[in-house]
Amino acid sequence: MTRLSGWGRFSPRNARLARVRDASDLGKALGAGPVIARGNGRAYGDSAISPGLTLDLRGMDRMLAFDAQTGVLVAEAGVLLADIIDCFLPRGWFPFVTPGTKFVTLGGAIAADVHGKNHHIDGSFGAFVDWIEVMGADGTITRALPGSDLFDWTLGGMGLTGVILRAQIRLRPVETAWILQDMRATQTLAATIDMMDATLDAPYSVAWLDCVTTGAMMGRGLVMLGRHAGVDDLPRAQRRHPFATPRKRQLRLPLDLPAAALNGVTRRAFNAAYYWNGRRKPGPRLVDWDSYFYPLDAILDWNRGYGRAGFVQFQCALPQDRAKAGMAALLACIAASGEASVLSVLKRFGPQTGRFSFPMPGYTLALDFPANDRSLKLMDHLDAITLDHGGRFYLAKDARMPRAVLDASDPRVADFRAMRATTGAAGVFVSDQSERLGL
Amino acid sequence: MTGPVLILGAASDIARAVARAFAAKGHAIQLAARDAVSLADDKADLETRYGVAVSLHRVDALDLTSHAGFVAGLPALPEIVVCAIGLMGDQDENAADMARATVILRSNFEGPASLLGHLANAMEARGSGTLVGISSVAGDRGRASNYIYGSAKAGFTAYLSGLRNRLARKGVHVVTVLPGFVATKMTEGLDLPKPLLAQPPEVARAIVAAVEKGRNIIYVRPTWRLIMAIIKAIPEPLFKKTSI
Repeated sequence: MTRLSGWGRFSPRNARLARVRDASDLGKALGAGPVIARGNGRAYGDSAISPGLTLDLRGMDRMLAFDAQTGVLVAEAGVLLADIIDCFLPRGWFPFVTPGTKFVTLGGAIAADVHGKNHHIDGSFGAFVDWIEVMGADGTITRALPGSDLFDWTLGGMGLTGVILRAQIRLRPVETAWILQDMRATQTLAATIDMMDATLDAPYSVAWLDCVTTGAMMGRGLVMLGRHAGVDDLPRAQRRHPFATPRKRQLRLPLDLPAAALNGVTRRAFNAAYYWNGRRKPGPRLVDWDSYFYPLDAILDWNRGYGRAGFVQFQCALPQDRAKAGMAALLACIAASGEASVLSVLKRFGPQTGRFSFPMPGYTLALDFPANDRSLKLMDHLDAITLDHGGRFYLAKDARMPRAVLDASDPRVADFRAMRATTGAAGVFVSDQSERLGL
Repeated sequence: MTGPVLILGAASDIARAVARAFAAKGHAIQLAARDAVSLADDKADLETRYGVAVSLHRVDALDLTSHAGFVAGLPALPEIVVCAIGLMGDQDENAADMARATVILRSNFEGPASLLGHLANAMEARGSGTLVGISSVAGDRGRASNYIYGSAKAGFTAYLSGLRNRLARKGVHVVTVLPGFVATKMTEGLDLPKPLLAQPPEVARAIVAAVEKGRNIIYVRPTWRLIMAIIKAIPEPLFKKTSI
């Protein structure tokens, strides 16, 4: 028995965990009760914990082929995005889509169909996956192409269609390891959204929201636009080594902070300091890839900052025409509750394919709260506001949503359940989350 | 210093991490295991990640007569050899069944000693090379809980010590690695104390550093030196009544 939780460290539980190293290990694990695959444990809630056997896929972390002409990579599901960047950025390639941490596995990125700061232009992770190999409920391995039922349900299917073994993905050619960032401060929520709507041609776009300040300035923020810098964008001295970036000290949070460390006062102070620090240095500047895409990865185990009880993420997407009103209602509800999210991130979504993927054209808001009775109650209210505005929820972040909320948010859920019943995946691929949500 | 590195027992978790650590430094890699075919994906991985040349070789540690031919058949005499061959089994079963015990003894001592002996002789003739033997802290003192495996590792540790002594002036260096608890297939399911449990990449980094610095005996985590010093210091009349 191993103590397992998601990245939020909320509600840990005892689970049976077994490392798999190849397909034959996996085949042996099937048939003796429910299983679910687990990658690097970066889903925030209970997506990758099984009431039966949790399969640790990090033993399958081999890269199998790379085409230096086209940037096409074949790799096993347990390979980390960080490893892919380590290997291929120096050769001029970067993942097309990356979430806010590089410590996710390829299989996890596919199962959650993660999105990045470029979703409004490029779509989600699945848009750059050529094929996947999945072990189904009967132990057979199928190579599935985009457009097939298996592929389309597996993208965003949270491991509930089978175990992803390997995949072929395409990488993006880049000239440098640098991002040309353009930071712009906004005064209100409406201004933040207008700014993002007006800058849709920026390859990367994300906004940090100050969700502590109330009144007219509620939802003020920093819109961070970016694009991959070309060699010509670099200072002359750096052009000979365009992939060299300063080596940073890896920090680690070595202990659980007391839950009181992130209280109302420190959260307010952090949000104000972040805003004013950003406002001081607006405009374009060069930022290395690691600081731009993965600011939180700079501190290993940062999730311990929320104390022993952990924290819970809330992430919803709202359709474009309801986004402004919906986001305002969400922020007002948080302000009225007296709670404050430590980090609040707003992101524009573009068109989305995939039968069960989270994004929809519109906006997504990600919040995190220390896990306690007050914040859990607040999130029930946020659920209701999201439903009122036609929104849906990100299963990779979810740790506490009631089944009724999921059912009301997403008409695709019924089809997903039917697919699970037909293919035999139900009962074989089971996570604590799928049990909670009746998936 | 980027000559080929031979990994014996290449299918193990520690071996995979060691192969990556040396490949990352630009060494060509020779992977040897009983079932060489199963290493095809590992070969692809090293080539894809690090762009180094990788060859696969079949070797059976218990088939002693094949060892001379195995060494002669390598594409090049390696600059560095890392022996990760080992088999622990279950102590109670090993103690009850001497046929099993013999396999453990031979797999951890006789086989590795024979292979490294052939390689040592070839390196001595050449006048250069490094041999790395992954032994175990279990060999530092025989304990009821693990003495079959432990005694074989004790023999292997003594063998490495003797080889090091013999080859010290012949340009060949020998490193003894005592990893302590490592999270691998071998230790899966054992209830080991988390603070002492190393991950394979940590062992690999320690081995590469030890080879580069010419260290003789390394405990991957320094705590083990203290723990084993205490265990070795307990007087036998007392020790025989303990269960550790």
